[in-house]
Amino acid sequence: MSAIETHQDDLTSKFGMWLFLYTEMLLFGGLFIVYSVYRYRNAAAFHLASEELSVAVGTVNTIILLISSTTIAMSITAIRKHNKKLALILLCSTILLGLAFLVNKYFEWGEHLREHIYPGSNILALRGHGDVLFYGLYYFMTGLHALHIIVGLVFIVIVTVSVAKAKINADNFVLLENGGLYWHLVDLIWIFLFPLFYLIT
Amino acid sequence: MSDQKMTEEPSYLEHKGKYKGILSWILSTDHKRIGILYLYSILAFFAIGASIGLLMKFELIAPGKTIMTAQTYNAFFTLHGIVMIFAVVIPGLPAVFGNFMLPLMIGAKDVAFPRLNLLSWYFYVTGVLLVVISQFLGGSAPDTGWTFYAPYSFRTAGNMLPAVFGAFVLGFSSILTGLNFLVTIHRLRAPGMTWLKMPLFPWTLYATGWVQLLATPIIGITLLMIVAERVFHIGFFDPTLGGDPILYQHLFWTYSHPAVYIMILPAMGAISEIIPTFSHKTVFGYRFIVGSSLAIAFVGYFVWGHHMFTSGMSSVALYVFSLLTFLVAIPSAVKVFNWISTMHKGSIDLQTPLYWAVAFIFVFMIGGFSGLVLGSLAADIHLHNTHFVVAHFHFIVFGGTGYAFFGAMHYWYPKITGKMYDSRWANIGLLLFFVGFTTLYGMMFYLGFKGMPRRYYDYDEMFHFANIISTMGSWIMYSGLAIIIINLFASLKSGTKAPADPWGGKTLEWTIPSPPPAENFEEIPIVTKGPYNYK
Repeated sequence: MSAIETHQDDLTSKFGMWLFLYTEMLLFGGLFIVYSVYRYRNAAAFHLASEELSVAVGTVNTIILLISSTTIAMSITAIRKHNKKLALILLCSTILLGLAFLVNKYFEWGEHLREHIYPGSNILALRGHGDVLFYGLYYFMTGLHALHIIVGLVFIVIVTVSVAKAKINADNFVLLENGGLYWHLVDLIWIFLFPLFYLIT
Repeated sequence: MSDQKMTEEPSYLEHKGKYKGILSWILSTDHKRIGILYLYSILAFFAIGASIGLLMKFELIAPGKTIMTAQTYNAFFTLHGIVMIFAVVIPGLPAVFGNFMLPLMIGAKDVAFPRLNLLSWYFYVTGVLLVVISQFLGGSAPDTGWTFYAPYSFRTAGNMLPAVFGAFVLGFSSILTGLNFLVTIHRLRAPGMTWLKMPLFPWTLYATGWVQLLATPIIGITLLMIVAERVFHIGFFDPTLGGDPILYQHLFWTYSHPAVYIMILPAMGAISEIIPTFSHKTVFGYRFIVGSSLAIAFVGYFVWGHHMFTSGMSSVALYVFSLLTFLVAIPSAVKVFNWISTMHKGSIDLQTPLYWAVAFIFVFMIGGFSGLVLGSLAADIHLHNTHFVVAHFHFIVFGGTGYAFFGAMHYWYPKITGKMYDSRWANIGLLLFFVGFTTLYGMMFYLGFKGMPRRYYDYDEMFHFANIISTMGSWIMYSGLAIIIINLFASLKSGTKAPADPWGGKTLEWTIPSPPPAENFEEIPIVTKGPYNYK
């Protein structure tokens, strides 16, 4: 099939991935608009509610994601240098770091849920509109981000298996590069979410 | 078919792939077969939407209850809107003719991501089925209208979740199609086909692709927020929890206005192909048509507020949105001038596709001018939420995109099927359709101007006479539609064999046999001239 050979070059796949990342940015872009409108209207309440989030957990999660972005970027270099073993180690570290992020998130959410802070809770409703909207946005945006982490992890697991089977190698690593691009985007979105929720006090 | 002098390669219809029977279609990654899959599914959903439209018009033949209750009427205009907008008009031209023709017109063997292309068809079918299922689950059918306005969309007892999620999945399908076309156009043009040697239909698909890619995610996230409102009661758009329903309208129209350009741009592209072919003349002002397509796509992002003139906005915002709305009329008018100048002094060949194109220009201009009436602030206060809006909308969307779709259907039918259709019946169908269409929707302009509100199954006695005429128009229109469709299906059997280039077209799709071989081009062509070279 000559057709498949001619149009599946690496630049084309990466181009497609970049365009897909634009749509992801705009998906979150809609939420950032909603966030700005409600923060503008409830500045004081957002300030107070933000103080209740643990900056320490947020910082740890930011560092975890930044390191995981580094490891996946390094795995691309490792593959290009024919070092399959190192690439696998780096990819597995990325997966573990991603899981660590989710575990932290789980405990963080669990803490809020124990305090009856969740959408639809009466205790939250009594605290006023600003808190309802802050936590509504908090759960929705970090939840959607966590969903992207999960999708990214599935993607990276597939990539890791392909590296192990040598389907991804020094001559053909565009799938790994696309996985890396997606993971960097997930990282980038978190870099915006972190200050907007944790550091606005 | 044993016509050996045509081609040695079997056509895409007879090509033996990995699978047989129905599987050779629903598992095919051939852009032509996927185009046909879309064509049949869109026609099926169009039949559903159109039948509901016919029933609604029948309900309106007399005041009070005629054949359905108020609640059924609400459910019907909701389903009619969702199916027609998200499942018929938005994917219509790009998914059917874009898929089939884009690679042929730019000299490629397929789109950039053939498997993704098939996946987007599955998303499409899943999305529509979710919308249709929402009608039959327990409880009442969705009754919000296709706009899902907050806060009603999360307070109503109707089955909103499957319908809203279905619209979300349809958006995903639209994004993937747009992404695929953008990459295809950037990477797979034949050698020598520089940007300004590309035909105009691919150009409009290119502009549409950007709108699909950059506007659809906004509706995606907005619909997800509606889902979250219904399930978790977060309060994004709920005034009792501090949310703002007007913000929902802003987000909704930030997508849904550009979506109108997703619908109309490829339609303009198809018309820009038909007119030079049947005038046997180079298109007038090629660069202006290209530029106006991109301008429409760009300015289209900044006019969403004109849907909300009566919702409550600052007066500065009102003036700005009104002014920007008037600006969109300029590139649209540029195109109309170009089409008419192309026909001027051409050697015109009066065939069915050209009749459709000319009818398109006529109804599109009525739709466009009535849009300016609605875009001016004072007039809109009077006309908002009346049948005038419905008439304007149907003149643009059904009159624009619908006429262009049928025009494209009659233009590329010989290429797609390898058969010629009966033009006498095609023209009779078009005439009936056109007369019915203008009667049906023309009357609505009058009714709206007199103050008849939309979205009610009932009306005041003073509107009775005009409604009778409008409903009779719907019968004429549907009989025309029936003739058109039956004629096209009957010609599959009885039509004579189509030559490679029945109309004297100059773009690349006419250089290969009809129907095209599975691999499109035996050798990728080398392009040296512009697309409409009639000298």
